[in-house]
Parts: sequence; structure tokens; C-alpha cells
Amino acid sequence: MSQELQRADPTPVVAKPPGKLRTFLDSDIVHSWKNQPVVIVATLVTLIMFAAALFAPWIAPQNPFDPRQLELIDAFTPPLTTSDFTGNFYLLGSDSQGRDVFSAILYGSRISLLVGFAAVIFALALGTALGLMAGFRGGWRDALIMRIADVQLTFPSILMALLIFGVIRGFLPRSMHAEVAIIVLIIAIGLSDWVQYARAVRGATMVEKNKEYVQAARVIGLPARKLLFQHILPNVMRPVLVIGTIGLALAIIAEATLSFLGVGMPATQPSLGTLIRVGQDYMFSGEWWILLFPGVALLMLALSVNLLGDWLRDILNPKLR
Amino acid sequence: MLLKKTLLASAVIGAMLATAANAETLRWTRSADSLTMDPHSQNEGPTHSVNHQIFDTLLYQDMDVEYQPGLATEWHVKEGAPTVWVFKIREGVTFHEGQSLTADDVAFSLNRARHEHADMRGLLTSISEVRATDDYTVEVETHEPNPLLPNNLTNLFIMSREWAEEHGVEEPQNYAAGEETHAVRNANGTGPFRVESREPDVRTVFVRNDEYWGIDHYPLEISRLVFTPIESASTRVAALLSGEVDFLQETPVQDIERLGNAPGLKNEQGAENRTIFLGMQMGAATLETADTDDNPFADRRVREAINLAVDANTIQVAVMRGNSEPAGMIAPPFVNGYSEEMDEVLPADLDRAQELMAEAGYGYGFRVTLQCPNDRYVNDEQICQAVVSMLARIGITVDLVAQTRSLHFAELARGEYDFYMLGWGVPTMDSEYVFNYLYHTKEDDRGTWNFTGYSDERVDELTVGMAQETNQDTRNEMISEAWQIVHDEIVYIPIHHQMLTWSMRDDIDFKVQSENTPHFKYLRFNQ
Repeated sequence: MSQELQRADPTPVVAKPPGKLRTFLDSDIVHSWKNQPVVIVATLVTLIMFAAALFAPWIAPQNPFDPRQLELIDAFTPPLTTSDFTGNFYLLGSDSQGRDVFSAILYGSRISLLVGFAAVIFALALGTALGLMAGFRGGWRDALIMRIADVQLTFPSILMALLIFGVIRGFLPRSMHAEVAIIVLIIAIGLSDWVQYARAVRGATMVEKNKEYVQAARVIGLPARKLLFQHILPNVMRPVLVIGTIGLALAIIAEATLSFLGVGMPATQPSLGTLIRVGQDYMFSGEWWILLFPGVALLMLALSVNLLGDWLRDILNPKLR
Repeated sequence: MLLKKTLLASAVIGAMLATAANAETLRWTRSADSLTMDPHSQNEGPTHSVNHQIFDTLLYQDMDVEYQPGLATEWHVKEGAPTVWVFKIREGVTFHEGQSLTADDVAFSLNRARHEHADMRGLLTSISEVRATDDYTVEVETHEPNPLLPNNLTNLFIMSREWAEEHGVEEPQNYAAGEETHAVRNANGTGPFRVESREPDVRTVFVRNDEYWGIDHYPLEISRLVFTPIESASTRVAALLSGEVDFLQETPVQDIERLGNAPGLKNEQGAENRTIFLGMQMGAATLETADTDDNPFADRRVREAINLAVDANTIQVAVMRGNSEPAGMIAPPFVNGYSEEMDEVLPADLDRAQELMAEAGYGYGFRVTLQCPNDRYVNDEQICQAVVSMLARIGITVDLVAQTRSLHFAELARGEYDFYMLGWGVPTMDSEYVFNYLYHTKEDDRGTWNFTGYSDERVDELTVGMAQETNQDTRNEMISEAWQIVHDEIVYIPIHHQMLTWSMRDDIDFKVQSENTPHFKYLRFNQ
């Protein structure tokens, strides 16, 4: 054994890197991914939509958030049509303000994704912190945090988000409303969604804290902070990340719902939900493209992220394997 | 075979029964609900529309906007006393809860509407005293002779003094303060319908008042009227298309064509007595929502630049699909004092607008918040969005807040807005109403909807003068002088006169009324 190690020592650079890649390619995750066409498609769609959102300023023919670039006279141009007035070409048509629907979808999904990611990270950080504290400390802290969580769970999360949104807006001066709409949305969705992270982390923490490695660390006198963040946290993160992936799809939908209800992003900086809200007024009048394309974009985005999340959950959950 | 015939027969009978039952119920929708059932608290269209079904006024404008006697059978200026109007009150009228109507109730109602919480007081500023001289005569005394007083009473609903005292609602609801009284959700009028149930913003059910004094004068074919406000335009249209409602007030412009072609439905169209415009806070030293140290709106050049940048003609074509008349003044053509010259819309001129901005010292523009309702006027939010992109071209960055009208009007009434959208109708058909509410310096009972801070001594003088002047020529000269001043000052940015479309089942015989107030007692079903 020791001889072998010694022999391997002179050539470690050659042996190790392909080994890592190969280990990854040979892993269950990759096998499972390759064998599920639905998941492959979902990954591709997600990647394309992320890329489109990221590079929107370079892809989109128009910046729909810049009111100077909107040509009102081009309003309601059908898809694949060149306007008679300005000569602009509209791939997916234009809406009631002469906004290019294709550009609006690219910029809108940017907002949807930004709000989705930020809200999930916020909820994840808050939920994990509270869950760690509840699970590790126990006692009244645990009781208090978990009862708040239970109460919050009895309300639908969209209702919570609406409530939080209204309360935060009430404290802000009117002139700031439009500028901070996106931050308020992130906080509202994040706050409405921390409970499931907290519950998962609390459960896992209670299991982990009685394991031998934690006890050993305790015995050598490590402070609680180190114990929590260096020993327990890494071991409870796996379920949290899976919830987070599914949570992303839910957060995107929550943002779309709030904007659809008219309390999210303003119509001058439309997210996908705002575009759908605006588009639904033209459902009966023949301008179907204003509603259909943003709707399809939201559907594809939420569905593919959700499929990925489901797949990750299945693959990472030993009980389902 | 026999079975088939029986089935067919029962289907036919069933259908006939269904028609007969439907013929008496009318399901009515529009985007907005009444703000309150307190008859004097708010001077607002949808609120009056609901209250006109429940209450009566001394006189009112019928479906052709002709003045008709309501609870007053006749009215005239008292002989030898030019400042006194005499109203003869209809006899034998009872309120829904059984009280008989007397002159005392009328005097009480007029006085109630003069209370400081009553938005209706703006129409009654000329009055010095209201008194009941006997059971069926009311005398209204004005400070100066007021030839147009009866025109100001068409939305002034009469309530029962006894009922008001019983429920502690002698004073009108303070709407701006969000006060809640018995009169907000309950009503006891003399009108053609009584309220069976009311859930604000959800559903109000009216049933025919079989004791109505005018039961033999009017068709009154509806026995049950169900009012369901639906905010979303497409949901409202879907409700009519699917037969869930029978009558749609304020058809969205994009759906006019579709509903006109739909089998079993029809449109009725006409000009509405309403002008849509933007107001700017020009009186304050600074603006709450602007990023400047001073108030850009105080500079006439900035207002002129805005007027030149806001392209009403493009809004007409692109946002309203032709269903509007671009406006240069806040009075539609049928109002006394209207002039084509003032109403002319100048073509948009961005170069000139930018020059003016630079001259005023705002060459780099500024930022401000525009407040709009999103369920009050036809395409209100879309108009505001169009304004945002038009003003962006002259460097003004506009943050748009579009919200439901109950919030919009409450905040507007508290004077919280720097830049806002408002629509104004002229029920009295005379310019005096416009000057009284919109241009006169904001005081307790005049200029109550002037949230611009605009104040001009001469305009104030003319406004008071036109309410009193009895010589028609002198009066008209005063009116045109006042219009000229406010036109030159660019106090408001007029956008357009609204056109009105009502859609309904095609067996309904009901024409558009330019006040946008349906009097359902006139509605007939064609058999």
C-alpha cells in the first residue's frame, strides 16, 4: 500500500485531473441526466433562456424600458411585420405602446429571473439561519421560530407576499415606489418563502447535532459559531439547495402573479407577469401576440426550471433511488 | 317520435320561461363601483350612476340630456325677488322605508350637501339659504341672482331627514378621511329601485320600487337590477360574450368591433360629456416627487413644452383607436362657452418643446411622478404610458403610478400629487362649472378640484361673476375671457374628449347618455 502510494507520487499531475472529470461523467447524476430526454430539453431551454436574459441588451432590437425608444404610432403591429410608419421590424409584434414584444420578453425574463434568484437567495439565507438556530439551540428559540413558521404556513405564500408588499410600500415615500419596486418584490417574495428552508434545516440540524463528529468537535471545545458554520451547515445544505431549485420556479411564478395582479413591476418596466397582465386586455380584440408570447415564455421558463428542480430532488434523495 | 316532440316542446317552453324571467332582470357591469352610497359625499360619475337608481333629484337630465322634472314639479325665480328660486315639490312621494317626502326633506338634503365634507358643495356655492316655506314648497336664496341654479341640482339627491336623524348621518361622510357611516352602505331614497344587498366592489342588487311615483310615467321594465363591477377589461367583455351580463357600460375600445359583430349583441355609441387632461402642481415651491430644488411646473415654458410634447393626435389613433376627439380645452362641444379656436390641438413639436425646456433651464430634463387611475377613464393607464414615452423625448423622466381609482381620488383629494390625470364632465352644460371646480383658487367651497395651485385674481373674479351675471352677452364675454387666460397660462394639458360606447344584448332598447349615467327606468326590452 505504502509502496504503491510512493510509486504514484512522481506522476500525480497526469493521473488526477482526468480522474475528477471522469468521476463526474460516470456519476449517477450524469447517467440519470443522459437517460431522461425531458431533463435534457429542460436544461437546454433553461440555459437558452438564461443566456437570452443575460445578453438581452445585445440581442434585443429595442430597450423596452427606455420610453424614448417606444414608437406609439407602431402600436399593435402584428408579428413578422414591418411598420408602415417607422419601418421598424417587429419579430413577435408590438404591444399597445409600440413596445417590441420580443425585446420586452427578453428584458422581462431578465427581471423575472433576477427577482426569482434574489428572492430565493434571500429566503434561503433567512430560512437557513433561523433553521440552524432553532435546530441547534432548541428551547424557546426553537418554539418561537417554528410557531411563527407554522402560522405563516397557514397563509398561502402569495397572500403573504401581497401583504408584505403592501406594508413595505406603505412605509416608503411615493417618489421611491417605482425605483424600489424590484427590491420590494424580492423582499416580499423572500419573506413569504423562508419557512420551508427553515423547517428542512431545523430537521437536518437536529439529526446532525447528535452525530459523533459534532460531539467530537464539542469535546475539543470548539465555539458554537464554528461548530454551526463549519461542521453542521455543510451537512445540511443539500436538501436546502434542492428546495432552492424548485423554489426558483415558484419565485418566478410568484413574481409573475404579483405583477399580473398589478402590484409588482410597473408597466413601464414590465416583467413577464406585467406583460401578461397588459396583454390579457387584448384577448378578444385580435391582438393575440401581446398575451401569447410572454405567456409561452413564462411557461417555458417556469416549467423547465421546475423540471430540473424535480429531477435534482429525485436524484439527490437516497430514499427515491 | 312522441318523445322527441315532448322534448322539443318542453325545450321551447323552457326557453320561453327563461326569456320571460331574464327579461325582467338586467345584469349590469362596468369597470368601477360606486365609491359610496352617501348621496352628497362624492361628486363622481360611477357614484352618481348608482345613486340615480336609488334616489331622485329635483330635476335631472334624461337619456337625451334634456332637463326633466324629478321630485320638483315646477321651478321658477320668485316674482320680485331675483335671488330666490322657488321649487314646487311633488306630492304623494314616499321613501323606500315609508317616510313621506316633504319640502323639509328637500331643504335638509340641500343643506346637507353644503356641508364642508360634501364634495357636492361646489355646485351650491351661490346659495345663501334654503328654506321650506310650506309642506311642498322650497325656496332657495342665492347671494346674487343665479340664473343657472337648477342646472346645478341634477345630481343632488334628496334623502329623508327622519332617516338621516335616526341613523346619525345628518352630516355627509368625510370621504377624504376614510370615514364610515350608516349612509355609506345603506340608502333610503325615493328612486325607481331599492337596494336589496350591497357588497362594495363585488355586487349590488337593486329591486324595482313598486311604490315609485313615476311607475306609470316610465317603462320601468326591470324588476331586478344586478350591478357587478369588473375591473379587468377582458373579463368584462368575456362576461358579456358568454351571457353572464346583459349590459356593459364603457366598452373597452379594442373590443368595440368584436362586440358589434357578435351575434345577439350590439353597441350604442356617442360623444361623452367628459374631457381627459393632465394637471400639474405649479403653485408649490418644490415638488415632492421631482429631483429638482425648485418647481419646474411653475415655469410656463415647461408647461408649454409638455403641451407640445404630448401628442393628442397620436393618442387618438394608437391608444383610442379613433374613439376620442383630441382636445385643446376642458369642455366638450355642447357646453356653453366652448370655442373651436380654443379646442384646436396644435401638432406635436418636439424641437420647439426642447428649446423651451432649455430656455427654462431644464435642458437636461428632470424627474417627476405621474399619478393615474387605471380603472376610471377609457384606457387611462395606456394614455399615461404614452405620455411617459412622449415626455421622455424632451428629457422629462416620468415615473408612472397607475392605481385603482378609489386610491387615486382619495390621494388626489388630499393634494398629494405633483402630476396627475383627471377627467372632467360638465353636467350643468355651462363653463362656469369648469371654472368653479378646476380653475378658481382652491378655497373651502370653490376650486375644490383645483390641485394645481393655480391662482389668478382675474379668473377668480370672472368665475364668481359668471355665476351671478344675468345678461347673457356680458356673461358669455366673461366666459371667453376666462378661457383665454387659462388657455394662455396652460394650466392643464388637455388630451381628449372621451367617446362613449355601451354594449348590450340586442333585444335591449337603450341609448347612450352623454353624461354616462344610465337611467334604467327608461330601459325597454324589445319583444
